[in-house]
Amino acid sequence: MQTQSQNTPRLLALGDAAWTVEFGCDISVATHARVMGLDQQVAQQRQHNALFATVTDVVPAFASITVHFNPLATDSEALGQQLLALAHEDNAHILKGRTWHLPVCFDPAFAPDLSRLAQAKALTEDDVIQRLLATPFQVYMIGFQPGFPYMGGLPAELTLPRLATPRARVPAQSLAVAGEMCAVYPWDSPGGWNLLGRTPVRLFDLQHTHQPAMLAAGDVVRWHAVTLDDYQHLLPQCQSGTIARESFLQEADAA
Amino acid sequence: MSASGSGVLEVLQPGIGSTVQDRGRPGHRHNGVPLSGWLDALLATAANALVGNQGEEAVLECRGVGTELRVQSGPVRLALAGSIKATWIQSDSKKINLPAWQSATLQAGDRLTLGTAETGCAYLAVAGGLQLPQALGSRSSYWRAGFPGVLGRALRPGDQLPCNTWESVDAREWRFPTPWSLRDDPIRVILGPQADHFPPEAMAQFLHEQWQATTEQDRMGIRLQGTPLAHTSAAAADIVSDATTPGTIQVPASGQPIILLADSQTVGGYPKIATVISADLPRLAHLKAGSQVRFEAVDATQARRALQEQHTALSRWLQTREAFVPAGFIDEHALLQCNLISGVLRADPLTGDIP
Repeated sequence: MQTQSQNTPRLLALGDAAWTVEFGCDISVATHARVMGLDQQVAQQRQHNALFATVTDVVPAFASITVHFNPLATDSEALGQQLLALAHEDNAHILKGRTWHLPVCFDPAFAPDLSRLAQAKALTEDDVIQRLLATPFQVYMIGFQPGFPYMGGLPAELTLPRLATPRARVPAQSLAVAGEMCAVYPWDSPGGWNLLGRTPVRLFDLQHTHQPAMLAAGDVVRWHAVTLDDYQHLLPQCQSGTIARESFLQEADAA
Repeated sequence: MSASGSGVLEVLQPGIGSTVQDRGRPGHRHNGVPLSGWLDALLATAANALVGNQGEEAVLECRGVGTELRVQSGPVRLALAGSIKATWIQSDSKKINLPAWQSATLQAGDRLTLGTAETGCAYLAVAGGLQLPQALGSRSSYWRAGFPGVLGRALRPGDQLPCNTWESVDAREWRFPTPWSLRDDPIRVILGPQADHFPPEAMAQFLHEQWQATTEQDRMGIRLQGTPLAHTSAAAADIVSDATTPGTIQVPASGQPIILLADSQTVGGYPKIATVISADLPRLAHLKAGSQVRFEAVDATQARRALQEQHTALSRWLQTREAFVPAGFIDEHALLQCNLISGVLRADPLTGDIP
């Protein structure tokens, strides 16, 4: 069982149109469970509490959650105090994210940093891959780019700083690690994390108008390895939506 | 006299920094999708009012120079708001100066060359609004989310901007007798949320320094330059990433602040020394490279009052909108009111740039 994060929550003004409730400044499952507990509380309040009617966005992060609202139509002070009161409740037990099983291909063309990471850690490339596949990754936050998941849980024996000089272009759908984090770049973009593979799955899809980002904070991701042939077979189906997102969910979550 | 139509504007030259914007796409920041939307909501509202829109319609945000449009099918009623003017080239090659703060109705074949947005941001509205397909509930351009067409990239020559069907019972145009003016006092901020990452001297310096806006700026943010700000320690120059918002002022290890704007990423890992209040967000659109800026700390009550006062002032100013008859048209409305129908029809010549 995880240990409870005990810091007293702090209410911080992010300007006059957002409150941030901060539970700490660490990256841990325990702190994040409190973040997600408040996230669910706020979602419930938005259903029936008039004070929350003018809330526009709720953004969970590693150790805090930010509630954006319309400043002209909101009793900001009352909203802040309610958020803080909710934050003091023990919400951590509410957390239950979905579990995804996502394919990743470790073909050398997709994994330019795999051998360097293996050498730096005195492991074989296969050791690195097996450790990645054995790890349940916790989605802490979506940010940086639309659909970009910051996932924690990388075993200590796989941690490596980000590149001193970021790449000008990281190909979309690259699986990357840096520090104790794992991520997937949903878009071609500059990036400094170490690239270890590539997934055929689209992490952001406008066809899903209500939830274009596939992953959400609180979800768990487990990787399974696919061959280059499998990757190339899956890629067009994932891009076109022929394979439904839900097919990558653990059975209990898909039901 | 009546005019109605479903027009199309064709982009002849995209120019620099012109994008389609509306109020943005709130509700998707937890997906990493920025708020986006017009940088100066007040000017965008003014532009929409000039063409008789309700206020939420998509407009063209002009941040540079060189945008050239052609009315592919018309008529198209349009108007500029901000420190900008345009040259209207009619299909018979006649050139007319079109200033801001008044509407004009262009016919198919007419062209419009936009001048420089002098203060760094101005708006072109069309009656009925630009009718591009929405993406996640908004027509705002944002290039990183895979949005289709001009919503997902810069404008290109040949792009077509459909305008909504609009109906007008008379041919009178709209204008504001006086422009909406920009403030030039310090930009007001609420300190924090990471004020505790800076020593008291740095907080004082932040508020006293005359900062300069640099050329490193776009719709995501503006890098400022001045005497670098110190953090309480080297480690205090980073935080565990959390949410940002337009108006957030981050200070990375360099000590040079970055003000985030509408297209900024939704989370960030630099400490936030202060956040610009909602009432002053529109002013950030006008911090052209080289312009000087100072900040003033206010509290939540002052921020709220400033926003309410601005809302009231804008509503009052919007009511000063008046109809006028462009030369060459007969003011039927006035004629009817004056019972002159049986008399000689004559269009009053109009002072100003419209013939």
